[in-house]
Amino acid sequence: MLELLWLIPILPLAGAAVNGLLGRKFPKALVTAVGVGAPLATLLLALGCLWHYAHGSFPGNAYEQVKYAWTTGDLAIPAGFLLDRLSAVMLFIVTFVGFLIHVYSAGYMGHEEGYRRYFAYLNLFMSAMLMLVLGNNYLVMFVGWEGVGLCSYLLIGFYYDQLIPPAAGKKAFIVNRIGDFAFLLGMFALFANFGSLTYHDVLPKIAANPGLVTASAYGLGLPLASFVALCFFIGAMGKSAQIPLYVWLPDAMAGPTPVSALIHAATMVTAGVYMVVRSNVIYQLAPGVSLFVAIIGASTAIFAATIALAQTDIKKVLAYSTVSQLGYMFLAAGLGAYSAALFHVMTHAFFKALLFLGSGSVIHAMGGEQDMTKMGGLRKHMPSTFITYVIGALAIAGVPGLAGFFSKDEILHAAAGSGHWVLWAVGLITAGLTAFYMFRSVYLTFFGHFRGTHEQEHHLHESPPSMTVPLWILAVGAVVAGYVGVPKLLSFGRDLNWFHHWLEPVIAVPQGIEAGEHNIGTGVELMLVLITSLVAIAGIVFAWQTYGGDKGLTKGRAWAERFPLLHRLLLNKWYVDEIYDALIVRPLAMISRFFWKVVDTFVIDGAINAGAFLTELTGDVGRFSTTGNVRNYALYFFLGVILLFWWIAF
Amino acid sequence: MSSVPISWYLLLSAVLFGIGAIGALTRRNGISIFLSVELMLNAGNLTLIAYARQWNDHTGQLIVFFVMAVAAAEAAVGLALFIAVFRQRRTIDVNRLNLLQG
Repeated sequence: MLELLWLIPILPLAGAAVNGLLGRKFPKALVTAVGVGAPLATLLLALGCLWHYAHGSFPGNAYEQVKYAWTTGDLAIPAGFLLDRLSAVMLFIVTFVGFLIHVYSAGYMGHEEGYRRYFAYLNLFMSAMLMLVLGNNYLVMFVGWEGVGLCSYLLIGFYYDQLIPPAAGKKAFIVNRIGDFAFLLGMFALFANFGSLTYHDVLPKIAANPGLVTASAYGLGLPLASFVALCFFIGAMGKSAQIPLYVWLPDAMAGPTPVSALIHAATMVTAGVYMVVRSNVIYQLAPGVSLFVAIIGASTAIFAATIALAQTDIKKVLAYSTVSQLGYMFLAAGLGAYSAALFHVMTHAFFKALLFLGSGSVIHAMGGEQDMTKMGGLRKHMPSTFITYVIGALAIAGVPGLAGFFSKDEILHAAAGSGHWVLWAVGLITAGLTAFYMFRSVYLTFFGHFRGTHEQEHHLHESPPSMTVPLWILAVGAVVAGYVGVPKLLSFGRDLNWFHHWLEPVIAVPQGIEAGEHNIGTGVELMLVLITSLVAIAGIVFAWQTYGGDKGLTKGRAWAERFPLLHRLLLNKWYVDEIYDALIVRPLAMISRFFWKVVDTFVIDGAINAGAFLTELTGDVGRFSTTGNVRNYALYFFLGVILLFWWIAF
Repeated sequence: MSSVPISWYLLLSAVLFGIGAIGALTRRNGISIFLSVELMLNAGNLTLIAYARQWNDHTGQLIVFFVMAVAAAEAAVGLALFIAVFRQRRTIDVNRLNLLQG
């Protein structure tokens, strides 16, 4: 079974190729069969591989498979796949959530133009993401990394005949490119020092040479590990939407909602976290960079959460919440709690995919309306969507018993255990904000009375089973996914943190959370858990007081009027897009204009035109010599002969 | 018998060549240009023969044979060309044969 590992990224690629290249004449049912069948086959194959991996002859050992080695000279890049405990977790998330979202898409996109194109892109995305996760070296990861970036661009700009989506797609691609550039630099540095990019080759080597310093000419004179860690993290900033490169993710919501769920919430944006966890050996050697990662993560978490407070677009709220949760993951990874980071990746994949698909179901029922101020009272019309959405909101808020509680608690625990109480406090405040804005969206959408048009009210309906069934499955996941990582404190002394132990072999030196367990006593720990839970519940209660009931919107507006400046700041996302526009986009456009108008049009075109003009001038003058009259030519000849003799004689 | 000094031959040759060159450049009739070219060739021949006699070297005379042979061949080809042109254009006035104007 495991020999078929390489087929996992190939199957969705084949699906994309069949639908995308051959499917022009396919009936819709066949497009669906291929588009959903390929992820299903991938899921089954992945589950088979995981089963064999866990129960095979070498349980828990990494399985590596090199299908092809690309060599030129002494450069050898194996196109190999690796199934170890880390990629196994990601493999499960990607194939499972990915398959459900494909099923959902069949319902959601049913009436849309470009149904076939949509599935071709989505399958291609699955393929690239699996490549990213399963690669056994950084280059294969990079191929997947770029592949998912491409698919993200294609799918954000899916509605290419509208104004905003193509611009949002371009923004995503360009912002990501800034990060990719640093990722490449990091790979170059690794390759220059070790001549390889394969994990099992490079990671032990860098661990064995902790004192290695990069040449100051290109590496700022940092220790190699710090330099590489910094470069990789800048790459992760782009892909995983951290400050300052997060700006593309909220705009990415211009794409179809299932795309937001799969790519811009559950899988692709967690690639940066996966990369950091995969490179944990390097980050262990770079404590300064790790702290930087944690600080950026915490800042992003609270910054994005504050923006989410004031948004009225249901998808924008979820988008900023995704940015915020990704911040949590980097907070954990930066503090050395890699398993907590990955744990949050997993639980987040379930509840955020659920929330996005729920919002998609709402938008579907509202006929494309995304503004929450025009919704309200939907719980009567779409009970399945309502219940699953509330489960997702409870999970992300960190209410005890649901998935988000366990993972978020583990992260906050790590923050407290590391002694960085400021980071812990930021995480805690963010948890409260998260609970508040999530339930603000719940109350505005599902409670109170309907605020849209009569036509919309008449049209309201529960979504078809192909959409609600994935919602229910994900809702179950959002509840139970946390129980694979129950903290010691809550398991009555027994060690039930299966997830943590599962990842132990992949995570090099225990640090952070493990150290934390010794640092703070059980009493303090219990208090922290209580505080976290209370803050989450307080956020929900406050949201209920403000937005619950029929007068939700008025009360919310009253709050906004009490702090007009703050409200304007939050509503306009702290004006970050405007600041970037003034600081980067406009100067860049000005420089480009200079190069266009002055350098290109004037200097380069001018030089070429001047050459052409000179040639033309010479021709205009010279043409008078070719009269076509033989006797003139004879005269030239004669003069030439005289000249020649004159030259020879004197 | 006092031999004619070589300078006389050269002078005659130069005069012939000059007449030929001016003729070739100024005449408009193709045949006349031809004749002028022949004149120039023979001016050259005369120089060669004069020097051959002066230095008692027969190489010059030998070259003259070649020149005459080539001139004959050239005359044949040239006349054929002019006949062909005349058939086409009903004239051999070179001033009117200026289709290759730039």
